[in-house]
Amino acid sequence: MQKDNIFQTNRRSFLKVSGILSGGLVLGFTWGSCTRPEDIIVMPKEWYDINGYLKIGENGLVTIMSPNPEIGQNVKTSMPMIIAEELDCLWKNVIVEQGALNTDVFSRQVAGGSQSLRAGWTSLRTAGATARKMLVNAAAQQWEVDPSTLKTEEGFVVKETGEKLSYGDLAMAASKGEPVKSEDVQLKDPKDFKIIGTETSNVDLENIVTGKPLFGIDTKKEGMAYASVMRPPSFGQKLVSFNDADARSVSGVKDVFQFGDKIAVIADSNWSAMKAKKALKAEWTDEGTLENTEAHDAQLLALLNTKSETPKRKDGDVDKAFAEADEILERIYEAPFLPHNCLEPMNFFAHVTDDKVDLLGPIQTPQWTRGNVAKLLNRPEEQVSVDMTRMGGGFGRRLYGDFAEEAAEISSIAKMPIQLQFTREDDMTAGTYRPASKYKFKAAIKEGKLTGYHLVGAGVNMGNSTREDNFPASAVENYLVESHELKSNITTGAWRAPITNFLAFAEQAFFDELATKIGKDPVEFRLELFERAKNNPVGKLDYDPEKSIGVIKLAAEKSNWGTKIDGVYQGFSAYYSHNTYVAEVANVVLENGNPRVTNVVCAIDCGIVVNPLGAKNQVEGGVVDGIGHAMFGDFSFKNGRANHENFGTYKMIRMSDAPAVEAHFVKNTNDPTGLGEPTLPPAGGALANAFAAAGRERLYKQPFIQQIKIVG
Amino acid sequence: MATYNIKVNGSSRDVNADPDTPILWVLRDKLDLVGTKYGCGIAQCGACTIHLDGKAVRSCSIPISAVGSMEITSIEGLSEKGDHPLQNAWKEHDVPQCGYCQAGQIMQAASLLKTNKKPTDAEIDEAMDGNLCRCGTYNRVKAAIKTAAKIN
Ligand code: FES
Ligand code: FES
Repeated sequence: MQKDNIFQTNRRSFLKVSGILSGGLVLGFTWGSCTRPEDIIVMPKEWYDINGYLKIGENGLVTIMSPNPEIGQNVKTSMPMIIAEELDCLWKNVIVEQGALNTDVFSRQVAGGSQSLRAGWTSLRTAGATARKMLVNAAAQQWEVDPSTLKTEEGFVVKETGEKLSYGDLAMAASKGEPVKSEDVQLKDPKDFKIIGTETSNVDLENIVTGKPLFGIDTKKEGMAYASVMRPPSFGQKLVSFNDADARSVSGVKDVFQFGDKIAVIADSNWSAMKAKKALKAEWTDEGTLENTEAHDAQLLALLNTKSETPKRKDGDVDKAFAEADEILERIYEAPFLPHNCLEPMNFFAHVTDDKVDLLGPIQTPQWTRGNVAKLLNRPEEQVSVDMTRMGGGFGRRLYGDFAEEAAEISSIAKMPIQLQFTREDDMTAGTYRPASKYKFKAAIKEGKLTGYHLVGAGVNMGNSTREDNFPASAVENYLVESHELKSNITTGAWRAPITNFLAFAEQAFFDELATKIGKDPVEFRLELFERAKNNPVGKLDYDPEKSIGVIKLAAEKSNWGTKIDGVYQGFSAYYSHNTYVAEVANVVLENGNPRVTNVVCAIDCGIVVNPLGAKNQVEGGVVDGIGHAMFGDFSFKNGRANHENFGTYKMIRMSDAPAVEAHFVKNTNDPTGLGEPTLPPAGGALANAFAAAGRERLYKQPFIQQIKIVG
Repeated sequence: MATYNIKVNGSSRDVNADPDTPILWVLRDKLDLVGTKYGCGIAQCGACTIHLDGKAVRSCSIPISAVGSMEITSIEGLSEKGDHPLQNAWKEHDVPQCGYCQAGQIMQAASLLKTNKKPTDAEIDEAMDGNLCRCGTYNRVKAAIKTAAKIN
């Protein structure tokens, strides 16, 4: 009975029990990271390491490491599914564990660019397939038969006679067997997939809905203190002096000190640390320019009228096309900065000692962060370990480990384990913002055809603000794309679907207006251009027009495009990003004369859909996010200071504003591409085009709410 | 610092805290109940939603000194086995993406269904509009509430 008490458990007590077990066995579960979809888990007495990705217990239970950071894109479910598929076990016998940063075993442990599945596809399958082969070899040895006569089925190796050995029975022998090389395994034919392609629940679901510790903010460690940091209120300022008398008198405060131009408060609780920070009196001075959105606007507009000496792409002769055009359409589109606003504010745990730096928390780029922290503290990288927690959102903000570096620096000064916690105000005002940008589009029309296309982009710290090889490149005879950058001391960075999160709106809104001007149906107009790119591409062709045509047709079909329904207005948009093809149709109705978006039909070609349940969730989220920020995202700077610092004034999309979303996937057996970002870029365009169809003025500037009244 | 005796998820707990400490931080930092999340600290996001005497409130904006004899329920105490109809519905619909807002969403929805067994879409919107989901899971949240309320 004693044994059963220890080994038989359910998810609710799982953390505790795995803690008991972790002493003597190979277990080594990371705190809070373990889940599985079944109610009762009978834990094995022994785990056998098969390879770095998985271990098998004597009872057949399989632990699969999920290598990549989980920010809500659901890779902690979909990546292990791919391994389990090739291992050929039952998904209900799988436990998933978040892998720590381990460059010896895992490749590309990054959550970014919607690349986890695409980049991991072959290595994950191979990890499963080599493990399967090791189990087959172990069985062959035991039965003294040729391994090629054996097959596997749902966690068993099966002999020609029908005799079976379970993976659990074979695990010990397999773990001691010769490692199998990747070139010696055959991957499954996609038509034989049993796990991939099935609707599979999020592996952390139970822990999420019962409030278990999972996120960085939930970290508790022996002897840990909480840190809150005061940073310069404006970009371009530095610290002159500060008075911490009042802060130190807040109960629970352990220490207050300066590091760089910041002040750290260390306390025994978050509340004390936050309260003491508010009680600090600091004096700041201007070191650089305190920048203003108004000035940025003027500078960016000026750049749009500047010729670039190094165009990003040039086909034919646009000047000639414009000179010979019957008509010219020129439009400018403008986007503000945007904060990421992950719902879990930035935070990180760091414990810096003389010989070791332990880091734990929500980070999209563990490897890069390890390097940066090592450099900052002047330590060899081998001394720095990074463990990852589930993240309360990423959206690109957690690509930048500034908060992990701050935590490490504070811990090294305070000489104690530290949990650094940003307040929402810190999070919104010390961001790495989506850069403000503007685009100018100019199209030459001759005899009802698009003969020339000129795009100029200008963005703050944006590098190349364009995607010069994206559509309509290759579809227009005379084509010119230029880009300019405005340098600023406001920190900017990647924000879900960098560049294209706004460029796609601008382009797709422009195309809609262009189609109207030419007198063509917006879908037909796009299809004609893609046909041109397919049959007779101009210059280099960097996308697959066939796939674009596929999603455009699917979206048109599923949305009954062109079938007039009284009082419903449709807007079309299509965009290719992060290797995935998407087309969207927004349906808008008028309520008391004001538009309201009711639903969005979305067609996606992302190759094989690994987990349709999670994939649909990503599609829904991407569309809602794209529409939300296009409608409401309003962020600017005055004298270097952000104009919003919390949700009291900064509006984000809420339930009553959110449209229903329909997802339709193109069925094929191509290798999967990502879904975390690609459905966002087309959303704003579909919405704006539907508003125009409803007879509202065209929208050129985000957020739309500044220009028109929208019913949320 | 003062000592407060509060009722949390059916048990009586003594905590030492400054009177102005929000319930949120008492739960998280003092009682190790971290299911209740911090998102804004100013009652604008709903991540910290708990029940006080069965009614949804924002725990970030109520100090411990105001609790008195009121009963606190956090997500950890919503059901004994994680099988409250809303939790089951959340699982059925696979609602979460990052998951961070979800405890707050569930607590808010639980409070709604207590007083309104069959809410309309508009009533659900109204009750849930204070709960942000940065990942945009609103459609699934709504569908799960309807499943739990047995509304087709
Ligand atoms: S943390 Fe309380 S409402 Fe946002
Ligand atoms: S699931 Fe991420 S904030 Fe709601």
